[in-house]
Amino acid sequence: MRLVGTSAPRAEGEAKLTGRARYVDDLPLTDFLWGLTVRSTIPYGRILSVDFDAGADWSGVTIVTAKDVPGKNVVVLLEQDQPILAADRVMHREEPIVLLAHRDRDRLWELASRVRIEYERWEPVLDIDASLALEQRLFKDDNVFKAIRIDKGDVEAAFARAARVFERTYETGLQEQAYIENQGMVATWDAAAGRLEVVGSMQCPYYVLKGLCPIMGLAPEQVVVEQAATGGAFGGKEDYPTILAAHASLLSYKSGKTVKMIYDRVEDLVATTKRHPCRTRIRTALDASGSILAMDVDATMDGGAYCTLSPVVLSRGTIHAGGPYNFENIRVESRVVATNTPPNGAFRGFGAPQTIFAMERHMDNLARELGRAPHELREEYLLRPGQTTAFSQNVGDDVYALDIQREAVARTRFEERRRECEEFNRSSRWERRGIGLATFLHGAGFTGNGEVVLDSRLKVEVTADGLVQIYSANTEMGQGKDTTFSQIAADSMGLPMARVRIITPNTARVPNSGPTVASRTAMVVGYLVQEACGAVRKALEAHAGRTWRDPDDFASLAAAHHRERGALEGWSRYEPPPGKVWDDKVYRGAAYGAYAWACYVAAVRVRLDTLEVTVESFDAFQEVGRVLNPVIAEGQIEGGVVQGIGYALCEEVKMKDGAMANANFTNYIIPTFADVPAVKVHFAERPYPFGPFGAKGIGELPMDGPGPALASALTHALGVEVNRIPATPEHLLELLGNE
Amino acid sequence: MSEEGELTTIRCTIDGRPHEHRCHPLASALDFLRYVAGLTATKEGCKEGECGACAITLDGVVVNSCVVPAAHLQGRRVGTVEGLSRPDELSALQKAFLECGGAQCGICTPGMLVTGARLLEEGERLTEARIREHMAGNLCRCTGYGKIVESLLRASEEER
Repeated sequence: MRLVGTSAPRAEGEAKLTGRARYVDDLPLTDFLWGLTVRSTIPYGRILSVDFDAGADWSGVTIVTAKDVPGKNVVVLLEQDQPILAADRVMHREEPIVLLAHRDRDRLWELASRVRIEYERWEPVLDIDASLALEQRLFKDDNVFKAIRIDKGDVEAAFARAARVFERTYETGLQEQAYIENQGMVATWDAAAGRLEVVGSMQCPYYVLKGLCPIMGLAPEQVVVEQAATGGAFGGKEDYPTILAAHASLLSYKSGKTVKMIYDRVEDLVATTKRHPCRTRIRTALDASGSILAMDVDATMDGGAYCTLSPVVLSRGTIHAGGPYNFENIRVESRVVATNTPPNGAFRGFGAPQTIFAMERHMDNLARELGRAPHELREEYLLRPGQTTAFSQNVGDDVYALDIQREAVARTRFEERRRECEEFNRSSRWERRGIGLATFLHGAGFTGNGEVVLDSRLKVEVTADGLVQIYSANTEMGQGKDTTFSQIAADSMGLPMARVRIITPNTARVPNSGPTVASRTAMVVGYLVQEACGAVRKALEAHAGRTWRDPDDFASLAAAHHRERGALEGWSRYEPPPGKVWDDKVYRGAAYGAYAWACYVAAVRVRLDTLEVTVESFDAFQEVGRVLNPVIAEGQIEGGVVQGIGYALCEEVKMKDGAMANANFTNYIIPTFADVPAVKVHFAERPYPFGPFGAKGIGELPMDGPGPALASALTHALGVEVNRIPATPEHLLELLGNE
Repeated sequence: MSEEGELTTIRCTIDGRPHEHRCHPLASALDFLRYVAGLTATKEGCKEGECGACAITLDGVVVNSCVVPAAHLQGRRVGTVEGLSRPDELSALQKAFLECGGAQCGICTPGMLVTGARLLEEGERLTEARIREHMAGNLCRCTGYGKIVESLLRASEEER
């Protein structure tokens, strides 16, 4: 039976439903210490002294400061600007300075307040404008972590002949990943064996391994990193776990004991990375008839105090800024700057939700300005086969923008419902209704040559008793990877899913098949599963001289192979799809192997007395190549949409003096059951030849659409342009003024 | 947890089994379950009663165990996700979660199941609106809630 395309139940589902699944804080440990972090209380300044209150009892406490780092005091990512523990200066609030460990967790909390840190305070840079004005030099000469420019056509000439120019500015705020399992890590340094073992909540075991080695002064062979069951991540456990793993390791290295560090919600919210805030200005050159001659896009993101992954976030954001449109002339200039706020990092969508918000809002505002329906104006410019994106990629036939928008408009009765809302608004005293849409694309996999650089490898092994075991570094964090990989392997081998086993990601056992990020796992790594299965299948068939009839026959052939020739494995290694060329210098070419195409339609109702917004309906249409597992794919889209509804309407990180002021779930509001409608998901499938059974990546896609679709609906409802999210009632009140 | 002198003995039943442990009376019921009794099926999400990941039943009433002092467990019946199924068979609600995709990362799942099972016990025919109201104290960041609503609707139909 074919399993791909069916809703096979979640492979690890039973363990999760019975409470047996072991998350990092559930691991049985004996004789361990709890670890705790003492953090900076100012956003910018020099550390003058660190003292330990002599009146407190420090017996049995392990203390680690920057001086105790055995290797280099640096978090190696794209730049080497971030220390693992601040030594002489702090660059942001909540920066780690001292680590403590003790067997009694309550004692530790008391002792943390007895660490006295004196500072010389410097004037902090807390926003994009202050950073660009160079009020302080935080990073190199210009405070710019990375700047990118994309050019297509001749923008200057188009503006020179424009009849008029339409300009707007769009803003998106910080957003917290808000995985329900806080960050956590357990480290054990075995001095006798010279071996460090780390287990915890993470997306990318090999990132943690790579980050630990220089800090601990260890060779890769001395470090083992294993993923525990992970309770959500959304990008938040891409880069940050390296820091927590290093902290736990430093404490274990010094104490000689196993050290466990589990953040509570407040610490997780104040200290870990968030989505980059972004401000995007778009200028459009129009001719006398209202046709678009050129787009000039300028986006600035706030990276926070250290570089982390900001350049690649900016890269994805910049590439997606032109949307799914064919503009003859377009320029995108972008930069990500340094401020004295906690570093921002990876979050589902990775820069794209910010710039897509701007472009989709702009197309909507432009339509309004020109007196046209939002979908009609977009139709004219949506990419057709053979046309090129803003970054000059000829999309060939893999373009579905127009089809998906037409389908969405027709099936949601968009035009009719627009009129109904307008009619309602004319007669209602207390409420307004509106409907809006957003049309977008999302590239799957690493940007540009990224997948080639990753050089992912994957192994499939067939055991002597006929089990197919998948060895990959990719992690299950709720997205269903264990299940979809099992389906792919089962179908590739012609076996039931029960014959497939996923090996726990552990760097001593699994090859590096790359990080679990960037919508790459199902599409890029899933294809490697298919290929490795192909290799092992061929080897077994060659040895047996035939193929197998059923699972038992397969097991007997596998046993024979093991007896006669030894172990049976198949390997695969990433190969770029043919003909895809990317030029990183000028930001042109095949930015991604494949794009998913989508059109999201949202309807809202707004109470005029409280400006409370109710999302009345949400329809998500997308073309995804091939749906591997309908329940899992729908779950990904529904979950992403609700995260996007939060981004659009209620999730507001309030920063005060460089720190999150509303760092708890009472005041940072994520959507509940009662806040959202049933999200309706509609898939279109046009198989992608280099995805497993045709699948494209969809993990991040649903994060892109809700912001602009809801802002579009709110604009329709209220008659004022909503160009900033989150569109909280307070913000809507500002927009409506005294009307 | 804390120094020996401050401890008190807490006796209660957890999922039908008698338990007796020494614990600080003001420790949370969640810490009592996880770190004292060693029962880690119940999860911590926020430690302030906002997310419902730590939901348990106390004499049949759903509470967030992170904001209930351990002393309140004295002599009472505690129910966790581990009491919902028999050793080798999932409950109808757990099966529905498996079929409908009600669990993704799984960290909110024990609390969802405890809260949802209590709703099913009321025996009324469930509607989407009723489910969304009853479950609003349980946060999930993965599913967007739709699949959990479907799971509860299916379990409700199964039980009728």
